[in-house]
Amino acid sequence: MVTSIAHRASGIMLSVGSIFLAAWIISAAIGPSAFADVNGIASAWYGLTLMFFWSLVLFYHLCNGVRHMIWDTGTGLNKTNARVTGYITIGAAAALTVLTWIFALAL
Amino acid sequence: MSKFRLPKNSRISKGREYSAPTDSVNTKTFRIYRYEPESGENPRVDRFTIDLDRCGPMVLDAVIKIKNEYDPTLAFRRSCREGVCGSCAFNIDGKNTLACITRISDIDGDVAIYPLPHMPVVKDLIPDLTHFYAQLESIEPWLKTDSPAPSRERLQTPEDREKLDGLYECILCACCSTACPSYWWNPDKYLGPAVLLQAYRWIVDSRDEYTGQRLDELEDPFKLYRCHTILNCTDTCPKGLNPAKAIAETKKLMVERRG
Repeated sequence: MVTSIAHRASGIMLSVGSIFLAAWIISAAIGPSAFADVNGIASAWYGLTLMFFWSLVLFYHLCNGVRHMIWDTGTGLNKTNARVTGYITIGAAAALTVLTWIFALAL
Repeated sequence: MSKFRLPKNSRISKGREYSAPTDSVNTKTFRIYRYEPESGENPRVDRFTIDLDRCGPMVLDAVIKIKNEYDPTLAFRRSCREGVCGSCAFNIDGKNTLACITRISDIDGDVAIYPLPHMPVVKDLIPDLTHFYAQLESIEPWLKTDSPAPSRERLQTPEDREKLDGLYECILCACCSTACPSYWWNPDKYLGPAVLLQAYRWIVDSRDEYTGQRLDELEDPFKLYRCHTILNCTDTCPKGLNPAKAIAETKKLMVERRG
């Protein structure tokens, strides 16, 4: 139940977050000064914090989406499996987020 | 006009207190939802503290004791007291289950007992299941055939019979359907896990000759496809059945027959 409502919530947050992503790309198309403005927000501490959580939400939605796809084949649909795959999903989302940020900050 | 508060019949007020006899050693408090639509009063939660040494082991024993010894106006359904009739389905300690097969000793602290969630309440712990039964009737839960009736039983191989295991045991207590958020949102159009499990029980029955028509009936944006695999149904089923799996198998049959 928790993973299910979190899937919806993360989906909504992804839609909102993608507006900023679009603004970022559009600003690059408009010109250097517009890009500098939006890029300033993105590289400030609050921009980075927001993007950190946005990436966590992205990976959670992705992993849980895969879980739902497996369920659609009729496998893993019992109480024990659902619980175990729920924890795997949360763990995988956290691990992918951390790995991405280690990689991103190292660049 | 916008409504910012819950309707009056959803706002619960403090109820009455009943205490155990003074010589009781081993006591437990039951918080029970009370509602009488005709009284015009808000629902309330009464607190009954009872002596466990003078009570049977199950939650249903306690509820019957409360009705017998504390308040005879307490209304609830019960019949078999052994988990096969599905009458005493309540929300106990936050989970939909049968009072007759839930041990009092398995619950920590006070025992909260409410009617099954998101159903109209007739009185106290009695939900109105009229719509639920109408939905069951809509899937025609009986054997349908065109071939002439044989002179004896319609035979089935042991393998075909096995397909009904985990389905025929359903007692229609409505614990799963009333635990489903999707059913809370669209009870008028979505059939809910209990009825969909029954639908699947007839779809996979090798003796039934209306499999295609049964699937046609479910091919609808709401009836079947409002299931979003939340799994509350499987989690709560007091009989240990798996409605989510039955629904997933039905969806698979829909895809397979499209080819």
